Amino acid sequence: MTATTDRTVPYADALTRYEPVMGLEVHVELSTATKMFCGCATEFGAEPNTQTCPVCLGLPGALPVVNRTAVESAIRIGLALNCRIAEWCRFARKNYFYPDMPKNFQTSQYDEPIAFDGWLDVEVPANEAGEPPFTFRVEIERAHMEEDTGKSTHVGGATGRIHGADYSVVDYNRAGIPLIEIVTKPLVGAGDRAPEVARAYVAALRDLLRALDVTHGRMEQGNIRCDANVSLMPIGSEVLGTRTETKNVNSLRSVERAVRYEITRHAAVLDAGEKVFQETRHWHEDTGITTAGRPKSDADDYRYFPEPDLVPVAPSREEVERLRATLPENPAERRKRLQGEWGFSDLEMRDVVNAGAVEVIEETVAAGASPAAARKWWTGDLARRANADGVAVTDLGVTPAHIAELDGLVTGGRLNDSMARQVMDGVVAGEGTPTQVADARGLELVQDDGALQAAVDKVIAANADVAEKIKGGKVQAAGALIGQVMKEMRGQADAAKARELILATLGVEG
Amino acid sequence: MSNLSRDDVAHVAMLARIQLEDHELDRLAGQLDQIVDWVGQINEVAAADVPPMSHPLPLVNVTRPDEVRPSLTQQQALANAPDPEGGRFGVPRILDEE
Amino acid sequence: MTARDLTRLTALQMADGLAAGEFTSVELTQAHLDRIERLNPSLNAYLLVDAEGALATAANVDAARAAGEDLPRLAGVPVAVKDIACTRGLPTTAGSRMLEHFVPPYDATIVTRLKDARMPILGKTNMDEFAMGSSTEHSAFGPTRNPWDLERIPGGSGGGSSAAVAAYLAPLAIGSDTGGSIRQPAAVTGSVGVKPTYGAVSRYGIIALASSLDQIGPCARTVADAALLHEVLAGHDPMDSTSIDAPVPPVVAAATGTRDLTGLRVGVVKEIAREGYQEGVSRCFEEALQHLRDLGAQVVEVSCPHFVHAMAAYYLIQPSEASSNLARYDAMRYGSRTTPEGSPSAEQVMAASRDAAFGDEVKRRIILGTYALSSGYYDAYYGQAQKVRTLIAGDFTAAFEQADVLVSPTTPTTAFRIGDKLDDPMAMYLNDIATIPANLAGVPGMSIPSGVADEDGLPVGFQLLAPAMEDQRLYAVGAALEARLAEAQGGYVFEKAPEIEVQA
Ligand SMILES: [Zn+2]
Repeated sequence: MTATTDRTVPYADALTRYEPVMGLEVHVELSTATKMFCGCATEFGAEPNTQTCPVCLGLPGALPVVNRTAVESAIRIGLALNCRIAEWCRFARKNYFYPDMPKNFQTSQYDEPIAFDGWLDVEVPANEAGEPPFTFRVEIERAHMEEDTGKSTHVGGATGRIHGADYSVVDYNRAGIPLIEIVTKPLVGAGDRAPEVARAYVAALRDLLRALDVTHGRMEQGNIRCDANVSLMPIGSEVLGTRTETKNVNSLRSVERAVRYEITRHAAVLDAGEKVFQETRHWHEDTGITTAGRPKSDADDYRYFPEPDLVPVAPSREEVERLRATLPENPAERRKRLQGEWGFSDLEMRDVVNAGAVEVIEETVAAGASPAAARKWWTGDLARRANADGVAVTDLGVTPAHIAELDGLVTGGRLNDSMARQVMDGVVAGEGTPTQVADARGLELVQDDGALQAAVDKVIAANADVAEKIKGGKVQAAGALIGQVMKEMRGQADAAKARELILATLGVEG
Repeated sequence: MSNLSRDDVAHVAMLARIQLEDHELDRLAGQLDQIVDWVGQINEVAAADVPPMSHPLPLVNVTRPDEVRPSLTQQQALANAPDPEGGRFGVPRILDEE
Repeated sequence: MTARDLTRLTALQMADGLAAGEFTSVELTQAHLDRIERLNPSLNAYLLVDAEGALATAANVDAARAAGEDLPRLAGVPVAVKDIACTRGLPTTAGSRMLEHFVPPYDATIVTRLKDARMPILGKTNMDEFAMGSSTEHSAFGPTRNPWDLERIPGGSGGGSSAAVAAYLAPLAIGSDTGGSIRQPAAVTGSVGVKPTYGAVSRYGIIALASSLDQIGPCARTVADAALLHEVLAGHDPMDSTSIDAPVPPVVAAATGTRDLTGLRVGVVKEIAREGYQEGVSRCFEEALQHLRDLGAQVVEVSCPHFVHAMAAYYLIQPSEASSNLARYDAMRYGSRTTPEGSPSAEQVMAASRDAAFGDEVKRRIILGTYALSSGYYDAYYGQAQKVRTLIAGDFTAAFEQADVLVSPTTPTTAFRIGDKLDDPMAMYLNDIATIPANLAGVPGMSIPSGVADEDGLPVGFQLLAPAMEDQRLYAVGAALEARLAEAQGGYVFEKAPEIEVQA
């Protein structure tokens, strides 16, 4: 196949004539222990076809049984997206032939989704062009339960891609893993910010799903996959244009880029007086373009009908309320609340969020540390250590309780900052709690003012010139003396106290 | 009047992934047209307000706990495969991704 | 006792004889294997005989009994399994070329239950391909022949199981009934067949025809034998979402209890009992009604007006579900693969394999079902059929207010000649006119032999239907009628079958 490069028009130009309309379909792989309809494990990275059974291989005679936890997750997702939860709904068979689908139908939901009619408010940040942040309400059409397919690998051919491959090999470990498909209503009115809205929505959804603890949420492993529908409406018109569906856009950045690209491509087609062809498109991360996939055709006659091997799902209202009570706070709202409680600046909070340290800081504060100390440790010293070791900051063996204890030692006057870092070395090395490490290493500020005074006197005597400068009003010159005092004390002194004593000895007001 | 033409049968057969030979089409098309004509009588039977019955039992909420059960071994999974390769199922080239 | 005598016993007598130490399970099993070896070439009732496995189980039971172990009632009594049930390590074909070499890695739940009951499994019985048919002529492995007349069909789809039981090649067998595939073969072979309430017996591991209609049940020579096997098979299975989670009805107690039917209301369903039946079938039916009256029952006529549409609804729902259930047979993961010339795509290999490995009847129904579900036709066909199903269920509810059991002849005719209806699918479908309503509504049904038609000397079946979860009523009434008929006719109907002549 030779992929011809499509014409596009400059993005800003396209937006002068057309209003983009988007629809986003996000597939979320649930993090249940077992598959949707059988007891096979869902572990990522197992040997091929070792997590299969008669059910998920589609063997003759096998029958599905619904995973209770998957249904509960679906309901919790629906509730978190402000959806209504069906009082009664069914699974349906979506019939089409494909080698990675063992039964040649996908057990899904059709006109009776478990959750429907919801919304999610999405914070779209300020952009590089200096446009301000804003909130966009994404209306949710539905969230429904279904199962994943197997994974084919294409062998032979020039590119290793599906086209030109000689044959394929299929691993069904993934077949039957529970998926929730979340479909938005058409998103209109975002104008030139539409691609940013798409990205912000997927990001917000990912954060929400992680907070719900229903998915591993790793887009790079395909836990969250996005299909982006785009069409253009001439400005002033109310007739929706023909849409294309760009499949499997699997990073936040790609979502934004793919939508942007399709807008520029559609605009070029429409500008030329031609029609947009209704088809699926494939996104190419490397070149930043989409290429034509399969046109919509007869093969899309999915012959849906209610799955006769399963009985309806009818969650009682009590059950729904029980699940509602398990919902975590919406991540965006929670962040706003915590930022206020902790007194962090926008910039500080952004660093905390980017470092994925919101939870651990919350726990550290709860354990008794000050928010500032918690932030400093988790996004500073510990983040650097984790980075250097290539592990997660929470995998260093340091607990929120450790940080709180260490902070107590500093504020209580036992340790200074440099001693605290030495204590942390010991904690990371597994030598014990901060107090145990400090005891074992003999780290303690000298509390004896006599010893400190003696050191101050000694240093002043040895640096009469500097002392004169300080007396003359150059208070900042005290820094040089403090260093020497600390050296005299072999680091075991409180630098602030040393400064105080130096100035007092010289009769200067700090 | 014919409900189901020879072309219709060929088309539906392809939806069902059956590559009918010409002589099969000749034989099956007429029979299927007759059957469709006969089952079509059902069209006038039930009023719009009759609820459909997809299932004989009024069961709901049959689920299982999210507990891992033993899977087949790779060897068992592939035992009936026409063309196994390296622990996977070999299949002919796939035309396009879904 | 001679080997011949052993095979002539009822399952109940076999169980009692084993328990009393009159003979061993190995002797009993070997007697059946010998008879199978001699007669199966003529009958083609078994597609596969597992002599080794059956004898191993038998020897095991004999040893356990000798050691004084407590054993299940049917321990050591052999059984035949329709080739629609997956048996681990034993080829399971569903009568199709597609699965000619398929060996399941797992047992159907009912096979596990047979093994738990310690019943030697003699082998796998012949059937119409994927259970589509009423004559077993649609088996890819040749038709099964009726023990009463080798030129005639044994019914279908479970002709192999019924023929095996009727010909003493097994005392008991497993059947599956989607539109009559247990009851119709029972009727034309002079044996007993029961379709339990939908959901009473697990479908896990049973190769699906139409999921919302399929039900597994026992084939036997007597009502009490059927009840014994029913109790082994029935009960909740967490692997089948449509399985009933309730105690199994007391079918053995019912089959061996009182023969007095005083106060019982028997409803003759006008729409499936009075017209279009062969003369001998009608006569046997009327005689059976008189026997029921003699036993104290009150016979009333009931009307189920929507039953006339049952056939059409069935031939939409069943092919629709089948078209989807059979989609998995694409020769990618298992099954017979046909590769066309050149460098074909997966799609082309699937289409060629399905064309080559499916028989005509399977193709007809897959195409019909695909058509009925396709966009633009769903509401007119499948959707409408589901509504008619509601109306038929409503007819049953109303009829069961007037009667405790409903009755009809099981089939319009006695066994027809092999080949007679093979080229006329519509004529073939009409064999199931009386049995289909029970599947649509999910209620239990039973066929027992009620006599022999004068005009052809072939057995006739009498159908009993009961409300859902009331399977024991079938056994109580069936056993009473069976006993009365045996008394009046000087023996059981199945005993009147001629001895089979071994083909040269
Ligand atoms: Zn599985």
